[in-house]
Amino acid sequence: MILGLVALCAPLGDSCLSRGMAHMPFISVAHPFALVAAVFTPWIAAGIALLIGFFASYLTALSWADLTFVRPATAFGNVIIALLARFWLHETISVERWAGIVLITLGVSFVAQGPSLTQHPSSADDSAPCEAQAAAEVQPR
Amino acid sequence: MTIALPITPYASTPSPWIAAGMIAAVILTSTTGEVLTAAAMKSIGDLDLIRARTGLKGAIRAVITCPLFFAGVFFLALAFFSLLLALNHLNLSLVGPAAASVPLVTNGIAGRIFLKENVDRRRWAAAVLVCVGVYFLAH
Repeated sequence: MILGLVALCAPLGDSCLSRGMAHMPFISVAHPFALVAAVFTPWIAAGIALLIGFFASYLTALSWADLTFVRPATAFGNVIIALLARFWLHETISVERWAGIVLITLGVSFVAQGPSLTQHPSSADDSAPCEAQAAAEVQPR
Repeated sequence: MTIALPITPYASTPSPWIAAGMIAAVILTSTTGEVLTAAAMKSIGDLDLIRARTGLKGAIRAVITCPLFFAGVFFLALAFFSLLLALNHLNLSLVGPAAASVPLVTNGIAGRIFLKENVDRRRWAAAVLVCVGVYFLAH
């Protein structure tokens, strides 16, 4: 579920930002504070909320899975967005993009068959400071 | 008499070496940021367990008191601004696919070296397949 949230929130958030910025009037580099007003428009606000959701889910996933597991697995979001564009927005998808969808699906199925976390004995000591701090945090008071 | 010069979005196209340097900067900072963030989260431990014991505040406190996390966020911010700089000088059709796909492979290399992850043949195959797939989708 967490990986699904990572996969969906990032591309959906980017899409919301893209749609919101496309509807904004031209913003000059000389007046960057005009961007602040953009934050309060519905599409941009929704995009920011989705990207905050993405980052929280991404951090949670990284706390129990390898980076080399999380990154390929969550790339499946690109496929979902492409399929939504095809069947919901009725956009045309080129042969090259279908090939991309097939390759990503194959890659995700490869990585999903393996373990999410691989332990290396020598890495345990490197993580001592924050782990000790977190352990102290979880002690009942 | 004044001469009106045509204004193009890319007034001076950078040389191939500078273009490669810009893309390399995006990939390098993005990979560094992701590896540091992953190292921070691994050192903190399972956030679901921490949240179950100390609540959401405890989980947030565990994350924001880890210096590695802020180092990771710093490099991710650098990656974002490097991407903006690259997009300002280069075409999206070049920068977009490169920035989206190449880090999947560089993360595999960095994960093996710095995070001591066991990147077996299955994970390499997955990283390369997804990398090429994202390139096709974004191109």
